[in-house]
Amino acid sequence: MKIRAIALNTFKEAIKDRILYLVFFFAAVCLIFSRLLALLTVGDQVKIITDVGLAAISLFGTFMAILIGTGLVYKEIDKKTIFTLLSKPIHRYQFLLGKFFGLILTLLVMILLMTVIFLLMLFVHTIQIEWRMFVVISLIFFELALITSVAILFSTFSTPILSSVFTLAFYLIGHFSWGLETLIAKIQSRFLKTSAEVLYTLLPDLENFNYKTEIVHSLPIPDKVILLSFLYGIVYTAFVLAVAMFIFRKRDFI
Amino acid sequence: MTEALKITNLHKSFKTGFFFKRKKILKGITLTVDKGEIFGYLGPNGAGKTTTIKCIMGLIFPETGEIQILGQPYLSLKAKTQIGFLPENPYFYDYLTATEFLRFYSQLFQLRKEDREQRISELIELVGLEKSRNLQLRKFSRGMLQRIGLAQALLNEPTIVFLDEPLGGLDPIGRKEIRDVIVRLRDEGKTVFLSSHILQDIEMICDRVAIIVNGEIVNAGRLSDLISEKVFFTEVIVSGIEAKKLENSGDSLNQHGERIFIKVYDDAKLEDILQLIQSHKGRIHSLIPRTETLEDLFVGMVKKQ
Repeated sequence: MKIRAIALNTFKEAIKDRILYLVFFFAAVCLIFSRLLALLTVGDQVKIITDVGLAAISLFGTFMAILIGTGLVYKEIDKKTIFTLLSKPIHRYQFLLGKFFGLILTLLVMILLMTVIFLLMLFVHTIQIEWRMFVVISLIFFELALITSVAILFSTFSTPILSSVFTLAFYLIGHFSWGLETLIAKIQSRFLKTSAEVLYTLLPDLENFNYKTEIVHSLPIPDKVILLSFLYGIVYTAFVLAVAMFIFRKRDFI
Repeated sequence: MTEALKITNLHKSFKTGFFFKRKKILKGITLTVDKGEIFGYLGPNGAGKTTTIKCIMGLIFPETGEIQILGQPYLSLKAKTQIGFLPENPYFYDYLTATEFLRFYSQLFQLRKEDREQRISELIELVGLEKSRNLQLRKFSRGMLQRIGLAQALLNEPTIVFLDEPLGGLDPIGRKEIRDVIVRLRDEGKTVFLSSHILQDIEMICDRVAIIVNGEIVNAGRLSDLISEKVFFTEVIVSGIEAKKLENSGDSLNQHGERIFIKVYDDAKLEDILQLIQSHKGRIHSLIPRTETLEDLFVGMVKKQ
């Protein structure tokens, strides 16, 4: 009940943020632009729309997650609204969870809106829409949830600008960490190999949520892989939130 | 148990500057607030008033010391359900209307929906914001924010209310109205912990006070016990007599228009002055013995520190 109240208030606050609409506007423009791009392409137009559309949803969703995730917790601290909120009978973790679920709700609404535009664009070219499309978009949403939790983690002890930079770094590392796999295969030294393997295990692998290529080229995605990806998202997000709660638990609000 | 709040040996310091040298803000605060009283927490800017309140609210963590609210550990949810808090210069969610804002906070107390709406209406009326109930908080003046802040502090019908500079930013009428609300709270049996540096307000409504200077309580007790009733001087205002004739009578003499202001420090002289005025058919407008005020006590304490 308390978490829900904070989540709904966060949602209200987020949807009043003009930046969110600006990002959404660019996302919509990009999705529509995919149609134009498809017209200029020789070959399968559906593939182009799917590829550009999913990339736009993922990229602009990430921008939204970083922008609102780093801004809204910090704003509570900076504007001191947290003073009265924490004097009420709530635990600090309830505050953070409320913020997280509020942001998740906002992202869910934004993703749904982008998906509607995307599917409309797709529908113009093909009547048949693969059910796997929804699975792929759901995985993008799980990636955004993880990014939001990371943004919240950084904003519990840092400023919005620094938090944004850190979260962006997490996103980039997460999408390129698979490169370590190639490196591990090529390293000769046992010590360096083990070090690289430890690093690879610790670093996030956000490619686990990326099945754009498979859907664009109609490649198979085993059910087990999809299930593991969802599980990976849930466990990683829960872990990051737990760290955020731990830091937040003992923080002084001066 | 008659104690609403008990603070024992509270210490807090903050890291400051490039080398993170620790600056002591609270140096062993110990105080008790009894149930049903208005307790004034008095101190100059930077003395540690707000830091003490933030410790009580669990916004910052003291290094050592113990805080009990109504016999409960201060961080327990049970204690928190019984307190109300208005911070200094409050800022609230400016995109919400007054009613929406109170509704949001009331959900954190898990009140029943019907009780919630009734309580919100009562409080909006209490703080005099009936006309602005559907106005967004961003359009509120500082005084109005102070009022809505007081309303949110009273949502749960708290047993003890902590008010940090509640009269700041209010016009004289607003100050009187909020003072009346505070006195009403005491009459209803609630305890009020009032932090302020506006001495006049504290003197008017507080039962007991504690004076904090540089992180230490330098004096605490009932106002009547702290302030001496000894007469410092008597101020006499007269007219219809030449100032020259009074020159040697008082210790200080000022003339504004027809009126002459005489300060008499020696009681024995007072009788002679009054006789002199009568013999010259002068008119006495007022004769006020000036005893010690809270301001005298406060300034004295701060200077001593």
